[in-house]
Amino acid sequence: MADNRPIIVEIRNVFKSYRRGSQVVPVLDDITFDIPEGEFLALMGPSGSGKSTLLNLIAGIDKADSGAIKVGGVDITTLSETDLAAWRATNVGFIFQFYNLMPVLTAFENVELPLLLTGLSRRQRREHAETALAAVNLSDRVDHYPSQLSGGQQQRVAIARAVVTDPTILVADEPTGDLDRRSAEEILDLMERLVHEVGKTIIMVTHDPRAAGKAHIIKHLEKGVLNNHVRSQDPL
Amino acid sequence: MFALKILFKNAFRHKLRTTLTVLGITIAILAFGMLRTVVGAWYAGVEASSATRLITRNAVSLVFFLPIAYKEQIRQVPGVTAVGYSDWFGGVYIDEKNFFPSFATEARTAMEMFPEFLVPDDQKKAFFRERKGAVVGRKTAERFGWKLGDTVTLKGTIFPGNWDFVIRGIYRGAQKSTDETQFFFHWDYLNESLKKTAPNRADRVGWFLVGVKSPDAAADVSVAIDRLFKNSLAETVTETEKAFQLSFISMTEAIVVVIRLVSYIVIVIIMAVMANTMAMTVRERIGEYAVMKTLGFGAWHIGGLIFGESLVIAAIGSAFGIGLTFPAAKAFGDSLSQYFPVFNVARSTIYMDMAAGLAVAVVAALFPVWRAVRIRIADGLRRIG
Ligand SMILES: Nc1ncnc2c1ncn2[C@@H]1O[C@H](COP(=O)(O)OP(=O)(O)O)[C@@H](O)[C@H]1O
Ligand SMILES: [Mg+2]
Repeated sequence: MADNRPIIVEIRNVFKSYRRGSQVVPVLDDITFDIPEGEFLALMGPSGSGKSTLLNLIAGIDKADSGAIKVGGVDITTLSETDLAAWRATNVGFIFQFYNLMPVLTAFENVELPLLLTGLSRRQRREHAETALAAVNLSDRVDHYPSQLSGGQQQRVAIARAVVTDPTILVADEPTGDLDRRSAEEILDLMERLVHEVGKTIIMVTHDPRAAGKAHIIKHLEKGVLNNHVRSQDPL
Repeated sequence: MFALKILFKNAFRHKLRTTLTVLGITIAILAFGMLRTVVGAWYAGVEASSATRLITRNAVSLVFFLPIAYKEQIRQVPGVTAVGYSDWFGGVYIDEKNFFPSFATEARTAMEMFPEFLVPDDQKKAFFRERKGAVVGRKTAERFGWKLGDTVTLKGTIFPGNWDFVIRGIYRGAQKSTDETQFFFHWDYLNESLKKTAPNRADRVGWFLVGVKSPDAAADVSVAIDRLFKNSLAETVTETEKAFQLSFISMTEAIVVVIRLVSYIVIVIIMAVMANTMAMTVRERIGEYAVMKTLGFGAWHIGGLIFGESLVIAAIGSAFGIGLTFPAAKAFGDSLSQYFPVFNVARSTIYMDMAAGLAVAVVAALFPVWRAVRIRIADGLRRIG
């Protein structure tokens, strides 16, 4: 990978702590790094090391104590709650460990959901959702409810929902954590294709070395400190 | 569309819980509507009373009489347009429990002064001609299967003996609030009999009905009439029909206050039940709301979904409750028509039902909305992850 790619995420001196009663628990301690556009980055580290917290900060669903986080040139630490929500709607695609689809909506409606916040017409929404579901190979399951789908299929719907708004970055927190090996493989292949074929930037938190193996870069977080950069040579 | 689908589906995710809540609201709204209808029935006489009719009665009490001779003196008072008179007859048909109000009255004046009692002209004429003629309300006639021309015997409770009457008219109420259970006959018939059997009770009336030309004149006329008979053997009290009716009700005012209070308590209780349902529901779905927030949906969207769901449940329950109020009121009114001659579900009661249903929905959703809107996304997601 060449290094002349533009930087899409810029993290500078980010600190984050939680308050537990009177105690202040530091979670992230002076994090600084860049993510170039089109990167597939894996964040690894022991449980409780602050991976999810860091991912949430980058995705704009949590606030840092100090430091700057620029995504696509916008310093999201300066945005208000409302502006941040609008920013997320167009700039971030989310993939969760437990898929987090709306159980009362069909696969199609789940994918259409984030488009309701855009100015798209009904027809445009329909087209976008159909395209996204086709991309995850679920065109034959559009009218199924999440409870009628397997874990792997649900996660594919979630990926379709994440990409349907064509966001600046995709964030995934343990996307294969709840899946069997085969489904996990499918999901990882799908994410890899998104990076290679569409040029998406993905930041993925994972425990799974197999998942991390698909990434271009693995960063290790230990007790809130980013301590080594490992470039994976080859998928395992 | 989308939002509607989500909130309708959400409302029925827990079928049993929602069904029970809907049932609770149905019963609460039904109870609320019935209690308000009872209160309305209590005041039906007041509602129906006219502001241009005065009643002159004995100052001591209703059970004391006034001499018929007062009539001409009252007629002379400026502002008076008509003077009629009546006696409470208190007749019993076969059995005490077959109660309906019965009066001996000066028929021609009474017919003029009570235009809300609709009697066809030919029946009116037949009634005037017949000494023993009587006019009866539609409800009472239907209750006992009386037809025009039937002879009916009432047992006198105040005036002893069996009294025969011929039904010459059946009246309908001009308004829904008009009492259709009353029974009238000629005061002369009563008086002539009394002259023979109990002369000392003859030539007396229970009260005079005084027509005035406008409601404004009522106060002055009342004072003038009562001044006429000051220091006489039978002093009078003159008041509007409304005040007269209210003086009856004031004896039972406390009951009405309690019924009103209970009707509101019912609503407060169902608010608590509904609030509990919504709180449970939202607690279970807090993760879903966090996901929606993550996707960029705001407080208005999420608050709207929760309010909407609460509204759907309350609206269904209220609709059932309102729908059931009509047959329930009919059954109730039919079986208690001797106590509540007018038992109608007022339009205002339906509006109050709707307002109560809306209040239940809003109050129940307040706290859950506040919680769902306030929760931090990261915390909300943590509940599922
Ligand atoms: N909302 C919170 N309140 C208090 N402590 C929290 C909160 N969120 C996370 N933490 C703590 O911060 C640390 C890092 O959490 P997290 O980022 O979820 O770790 P990871 O994803 O690496 O397992 C943990 O010790 C966790 O208990
Ligand atoms: Mg985590």
